[in-house]
Amino acid sequence: MSNILVIGEHTEGKVKKVTFELASKASELAAKLGGQAEVVFVGASPQNAAELGSYGAKKVYVLQNVKLEKYNTEGFTKVITDLIGETKPTVVLGTASPFGRDLCPRLAARLGAGLASDCTNLDIQDGKLLATRPLFSGKAFVDVKFESSLQMATSRPNSFVASVVAAGVSAEVVAKDSDPGNLRAVMKEIVKGQSDKVDLTEASKIVSGGRAMKAPENFKILQELADVIGATVGASRAAVDSGYAPHDMQVGQTGKVVNPNLYIACGISGAIQHLAGMRTSKVIVAINKDPEAPLFQKADYGIVGDLFQIVPLLTQEFKRALAE
Amino acid sequence: MKIGVLLKQVPDTETKIRIKSDASGIETDGIKYIVNPYDEFAVEEALKTKEKAGGGEVVVMSLGPARVVDVLRTGLAMGADRGIHIDDAGLSLDSFVTAKILANVAQKESFDLIFCGKQAIDDDASQVVQMVAEFLNISQVLLVEKFELGADKKSATVARRVGGGSKEVYTLEFPVILGADKGLNTPRYASLPGIMKAKTKPLAVLKATDLVGEAKPKTISVNFRLPPERKAGKILQGEPEQVVKELVKLLREEAKVI
Repeated sequence: MSNILVIGEHTEGKVKKVTFELASKASELAAKLGGQAEVVFVGASPQNAAELGSYGAKKVYVLQNVKLEKYNTEGFTKVITDLIGETKPTVVLGTASPFGRDLCPRLAARLGAGLASDCTNLDIQDGKLLATRPLFSGKAFVDVKFESSLQMATSRPNSFVASVVAAGVSAEVVAKDSDPGNLRAVMKEIVKGQSDKVDLTEASKIVSGGRAMKAPENFKILQELADVIGATVGASRAAVDSGYAPHDMQVGQTGKVVNPNLYIACGISGAIQHLAGMRTSKVIVAINKDPEAPLFQKADYGIVGDLFQIVPLLTQEFKRALAE
Repeated sequence: MKIGVLLKQVPDTETKIRIKSDASGIETDGIKYIVNPYDEFAVEEALKTKEKAGGGEVVVMSLGPARVVDVLRTGLAMGADRGIHIDDAGLSLDSFVTAKILANVAQKESFDLIFCGKQAIDDDASQVVQMVAEFLNISQVLLVEKFELGADKKSATVARRVGGGSKEVYTLEFPVILGADKGLNTPRYASLPGIMKAKTKPLAVLKATDLVGEAKPKTISVNFRLPPERKAGKILQGEPEQVVKELVKLLREEAKVI
């Protein structure tokens, strides 16, 4: 039986979009292996865990223990390793989030599994996982083949579509008490950022501002557009270095790598290092006063104009169009 | 206090990547190599910690061919005390094997603290730090943006970035390994006296083949290729109100992203 185990993520009691995406993909891959997709959550059980059944997951394990309420690398590694020992999947998948990228390499090392990180595609070839991932900040791509019997990968958010494969079907949710033993490196606290919006790395729509924004207050006009279309606001390195936006809004080689369906770049020239952070966006829109801005060469749609004029018009027009 | 720093030598960020004709890798001739940018934050934090602790030793290590001695010299010029070059001749590497080798060396050194960059900008894998942690059986924290040495010099409080502007704060007992992120500090430039001194600081050369044991690569990367070419699309012409209307229509009906 060649099952695929997905390491799920949840926030505020609900399963995250990235886990629905990965469950759908795992279900598709598991079918090629003659097995089934299963999901594991550590810590609390998300209220809508059973909904993963509609996305192709047959079972959802919830590994619970008071010591697992906060993330702990070694604690989570232990209990997931124990589960893998019992359920024996051949493939284990996670999301390339700060959580997944911290946990999965440790798991892989403990289990002697090959790991491909931050993949943009997954497939099965010759009965084994074939993972596609970027190198050199996206300037090249490779396929990763596995020598190990247990194969692991983390995928970039929004690489797969969360598809309902069996509407209304509930997954079997199995809660287990899982004691991780004595923990080291215990988390003292989480300092929450002001953003309760979707993180840039998981956003399916992004509106980004460059040096042309001229002041932090001006990002308000991007936020207004973002609110209307359901996007997260980002910034170029030039904007961050000029003090117009905080570092955690930076998209680019030395900032965040994003993978949205729509990327609207306002007053961003399109330096190679910025491109490195958003080049896999499905649709790129460039708005810039300078017709020679390099980003126009990579954008699907471009408007040569003053963002301070164009962006508010765009916000108005979207409001009107979406209200129809 | 003994502090280790894992350094990687990577192609410069401006490098134009060319693929070998047999797709087995990239063309390396003419590439300018640099210290992995995230590793610079690691060296700096190691030096600052040694200074705060009032003494100790900072050891920089790097796995790779002869040219990686350059990154070790940079670390020594910044102020590290000793360097270790692990020559990788004769081995196929993946993250697993790399981590095994580095962990073997680190084990013998018995570091209190190991600083690394959060990821290398060539493969962007961000796997080796975590795997070294597992092989050494020590705790790990990645994406470190703040590090404060404890008064007992055997512990630290560390803040880690987790997205959405949020941070997780950990208190850690040594030994521990940390993956530095941008913003942790401002790396010092190597001074001219520093560069001169670096030439005579101890630099040991080890062979990776002596340190790999039974470890073999768990993954192979094949079919290297350039990304699909992104062609220029359409530049919408007309008055602002018109182009905006047209863009919204295209995004909804043609691109179907809203």
